[in-house]
Amino acid sequence: MALLKLTSPHAHAAQNTAAVMRLVLLATLPGLLALTAFFGWGSLINILIAATVAVSLEALVMRLRQRPLMFYLGDYSALVTAVLLGLALPPLAPWWVVVIGSSFAILIAKHLYGGLGYNPFNPAMVGYVVLLISFPVQMTAWPAPLPLYPEGVTAPGFWESLQIVFPLLSPEQVDAVTAATPLDTFKHNSGLLVAQLYQQTPLFSRAHWAGLGWEWVNLAFLAGGCLLLARRVFTWHAPVAMLTSLGLCAALFYDSGSSASHGSPLMHLLSGGTMLGAFFIVTDPVTSATSNRGRLIYGALIGILTFIIRSWGSYPDAVAFSVLLMNFAAPLIDNYTLPRTYGHQKPRRATEKKE
Amino acid sequence: MRKIWDLVGGVHPPENKHQSVQLPIGHLPLPDKLVIPLNQHIGAPPKLLVNAGDQVLKGQPLAEPHGMVSVGVHAPTSGTITDISDYPIPHPSGMSARCITLLPDNRDQWIDHAGVADFRSYSPAKLLELIREAGIAGLGGAGFPSAVKLSARKPISTLIINSTECEPYITADDMLMREHPQEIVAGIQILAYLLGEPEEILIGIEDNKPEAYEALQPWLQGTNIELVEFPTRYPSGGEKQLIQILTGKEVPSGGLPADIGIVCQNVGTTYAIQRAVCHGEPLISRVTTVTGRACTINRNYQALIGTSISHLLKHNGYDPQHCARLIMGGPMMGFTLTSTDVPVIKTTNCILAPSREELPAPPPAQPCIRCGMCAEACPASLLPQQLFWYAQSQNHERLEAHNLFDCIECGACSYVCPSNIPLVQYYRAAKGEIRKQAQEKIKSDRARARFEFQQARKEKEEAEKAAKREARKQAAEQARALAADKPGTAPGPDDIVKAAMARAAEQKASPEEQRARLERGVARAESHLQTVEQRLQSIQREGNGQQIEQARAAREDARLRLEDSRHKLTELGTTSEVMERVQASPRAALEKKVASLRERITVTEQKIAEADDDNLKAALQSGLAKQLTKLQEAEQQLSEAPETAPATPAATSDAAAAAIARAQARAAAMGSLSEADKLRESIISLEGRIEKAKAKLDEAKASESEHVDALQTGLDKLQQKLLTEREKCAAFAGQAQAPCAPRQQPAAQPVAEPPPRDAASAAIARAQARATELANMSEQDKLRETVSSLHSRLHKARVKLREAEAEGSEHVDALRTAAEKLQTKLAAAEQQLAEYHS
Repeated sequence: MALLKLTSPHAHAAQNTAAVMRLVLLATLPGLLALTAFFGWGSLINILIAATVAVSLEALVMRLRQRPLMFYLGDYSALVTAVLLGLALPPLAPWWVVVIGSSFAILIAKHLYGGLGYNPFNPAMVGYVVLLISFPVQMTAWPAPLPLYPEGVTAPGFWESLQIVFPLLSPEQVDAVTAATPLDTFKHNSGLLVAQLYQQTPLFSRAHWAGLGWEWVNLAFLAGGCLLLARRVFTWHAPVAMLTSLGLCAALFYDSGSSASHGSPLMHLLSGGTMLGAFFIVTDPVTSATSNRGRLIYGALIGILTFIIRSWGSYPDAVAFSVLLMNFAAPLIDNYTLPRTYGHQKPRRATEKKE
Repeated sequence: MRKIWDLVGGVHPPENKHQSVQLPIGHLPLPDKLVIPLNQHIGAPPKLLVNAGDQVLKGQPLAEPHGMVSVGVHAPTSGTITDISDYPIPHPSGMSARCITLLPDNRDQWIDHAGVADFRSYSPAKLLELIREAGIAGLGGAGFPSAVKLSARKPISTLIINSTECEPYITADDMLMREHPQEIVAGIQILAYLLGEPEEILIGIEDNKPEAYEALQPWLQGTNIELVEFPTRYPSGGEKQLIQILTGKEVPSGGLPADIGIVCQNVGTTYAIQRAVCHGEPLISRVTTVTGRACTINRNYQALIGTSISHLLKHNGYDPQHCARLIMGGPMMGFTLTSTDVPVIKTTNCILAPSREELPAPPPAQPCIRCGMCAEACPASLLPQQLFWYAQSQNHERLEAHNLFDCIECGACSYVCPSNIPLVQYYRAAKGEIRKQAQEKIKSDRARARFEFQQARKEKEEAEKAAKREARKQAAEQARALAADKPGTAPGPDDIVKAAMARAAEQKASPEEQRARLERGVARAESHLQTVEQRLQSIQREGNGQQIEQARAAREDARLRLEDSRHKLTELGTTSEVMERVQASPRAALEKKVASLRERITVTEQKIAEADDDNLKAALQSGLAKQLTKLQEAEQQLSEAPETAPATPAATSDAAAAAIARAQARAAAMGSLSEADKLRESIISLEGRIEKAKAKLDEAKASESEHVDALQTGLDKLQQKLLTEREKCAAFAGQAQAPCAPRQQPAAQPVAEPPPRDAASAAIARAQARATELANMSEQDKLRETVSSLHSRLHKARVKLREAEAEGSEHVDALRTAAEKLQTKLAAAEQQLAEYHS
């Protein structure tokens, strides 16, 4: 009876990539619930479409690359990409928007670079940005939070939502009620003090901190992120750095709530894609910086970029752009943020030649 | 309570230690045979002391330490040495190595041995020698000779006893501490004495061994030994990690704990040292854990070194059907054994026979998603994911910048990797590759240095040769010039010189004379060719292969000569014209030059007159100015020419020429001197030379030059020569009845004796002649000369070779090679010559 010849270590922790991915999926549930509660079935439908497309395309690519199908599908990475994209897209977006976005994410952003682990850019964010640039109308049409629906208009149910997403399903045109997001509101604010704006806009006046619905969606993602942190799926460095720098920037430019203000730190932290970005996008290990020090820099710069683009750019939200820009910078950050190794006086640089 | 530092990173694999601590340390029945590998430690293998067939007693040295980093090996029991040859040893590669096979006689009879009653009465050096002789190498895993580790040259402030045993499953140290705390504490005191009583003595122990802690505690009362407990986390037992946990210090990268005043010893080693020092027992057994679910009994044994693993397993209900892999060591850093027929060695702390469920085969690796769990687990604060990336792409520079060589291969990164990537394997491979490349680089650097040195030497030799050639050439030219100046008074009794001078004079011969000479040469060559051809035909009839070859070569040679002669004859027409021009007097040339310049000036003046462009005019005028200056110069030269022209070109004061002149003068003088005078002269000169040689020798001795020997030999020779000269002189004096009186000997001198030629002057003359000859020769002539000289040399060489063969001389080979070389050279020269003609 032949004995196995293997190198150490022989023991292995009961942990695998699939389990990590499943945990990530689980952690998105609070956010999805909040989105559904405040914006209807749209996000769930997005996710369903994106997941179907992503997993099928992943399977197709694996077949083309002649890789064992189930082994690679079993890592759930395509599903995570699809779910994150579905959560980031406006609910009730037309079906083809979702299909194009998820196809681009899987085919171009992920597999053309070599598949899982080799993609320099976050696939979900690549898909999102492609859509944002190509279809700005569809991508900026966020449905109004359900509590803010006009009197007499009922919120679309699951079937109506499907009809909105797939217009072919309905004999007549069904439209969603859209409304400005908190970030839109601030972007288009002209001449109103922050206090006045909060008073006059039901989106703010009926909310606690940062816009009706949005604040809860962000808090839900924060909760999911905390779960992942507690389970040590990622370290705190990148998300905390991002949120801190974003909050600091917002505080710095709050301008005491004048008409030129870009919004309070709380508004920035709890609106738009902040929490989804901080805990589910920025923490993507494949595309972020590697060392803890690097992740602090990486996260902080994403926070700053987010604030800059939100405040002075032409798009209302900016997490996706900031993440992609910093994905570019991650390898550079890695070169200069090696940790100090045991027995060394100071950290080295990756670009160093022989000692 | 002592401050404990935190271990960076680390993991918590299931400990699985409880299974093997249920029973005390057991003893196995003596196995049928013991196979004791000679080299069980890091360092030089020991020197064998026994032969197959020898009877040995328990504890008898089988091999003694050989070299600085080496330890001995001892007989684990009494019996017979049956075999000393290669057997598989426990090694990750599964390799074989030299082993001593011992057949126990079952009497287990000890050799006479006694411990040291009071180790403090011995010097540390003596005790270290004792530890070295006892064969003690680190029992923790690496097997580094303990005596070397304990003879630290730097002051040691902290002694750390490693009782951590952080690897899962292993309980050998735990059980040892439980059962032998007193001996261990005594051992620690010996270590402390050896290290000059360090201020701090710490025993580091993980908090999962409370029994061992309790057992040790009482024995530490009244000592300065501190037992420090810290949280269990793998790999806190790594030497560097333990030092960090207990002292907060870090061993510098590439350094040793001794560099920061710390020495770390394994608790098992401490026990072995105590046995060796206090009881005189060498290291012949160790505590080994046998565990894993493929064994029904899990426990520790005091196993004799050399016991085969199968013997250990047999007594533990080992079921091979359930065992997927057999591990020596723990599940984190142990290595797999491919056979149970390998022996227990000094570093065997555990035999782990896990069931398939316990340690399942690793699943296929998934892509790295750079999750960073490995970096969190790394106790050395490396970035394993980056290392993996660069190891895959074999980017060695990046690997080194990421401190690959600070990786202790603990396996924590692989353990936590969610993608099941065998990271440590990649690092081991990369390290091996880098080490290999570094060695190859050293090798190639050496080769390059050698090559460059050789090139430099060759160039130097070439330059020296060229300088010599130049000097010879100048000497030859000088000689020729002298000969041309005073053909009648040319000194030197040598005919060759005369011949050379005659040849040199030929150049000045009139074209008519030359033509006549050349025509004669052609006729001679033709007749020579005819004779050669006749000879060839006759030889061909006889049919001797070698002779035919020679004759053919001779014919070819003759033919070439004829052709050359004819060629020269045709050439003469053109050369005579050239000669005319060359031989024209410098005055005529100058006159011509002046005339042509005048002509050009008039042309230029005309052009200036005609030119209407200012620029052109300016340019022409400047040209005219130059021409006028030239004309002036030429006229000046012309006016001087008549005075200098008739004067013979002054002999340049060339050193070589001077030397030749001196030698010639000497030769001439010698020729006219009487024998006795010559002897006297010779004696005087020898005395002078000896004086000089002595002075040189003294100088060399003073400066300790490497040439002293050579100089000494030279001096001896000179003295010898002087002696013989003096004897000769004395004999001569006896003959002539007049002791060395100058100018009285010629009468007594036998007339028959030809005038002796001084060897030196002859050589000089020959060299001159040859140089002149060569200088006068055309390229073709030279080649032909070479060919004929090679012919004769080859012939001589063959004759010598034949003689040598006949005598059976030892030089036959050398001669043959020389002859072959000559033949090759000849062929090359002939080839060249042929090419020249074509």
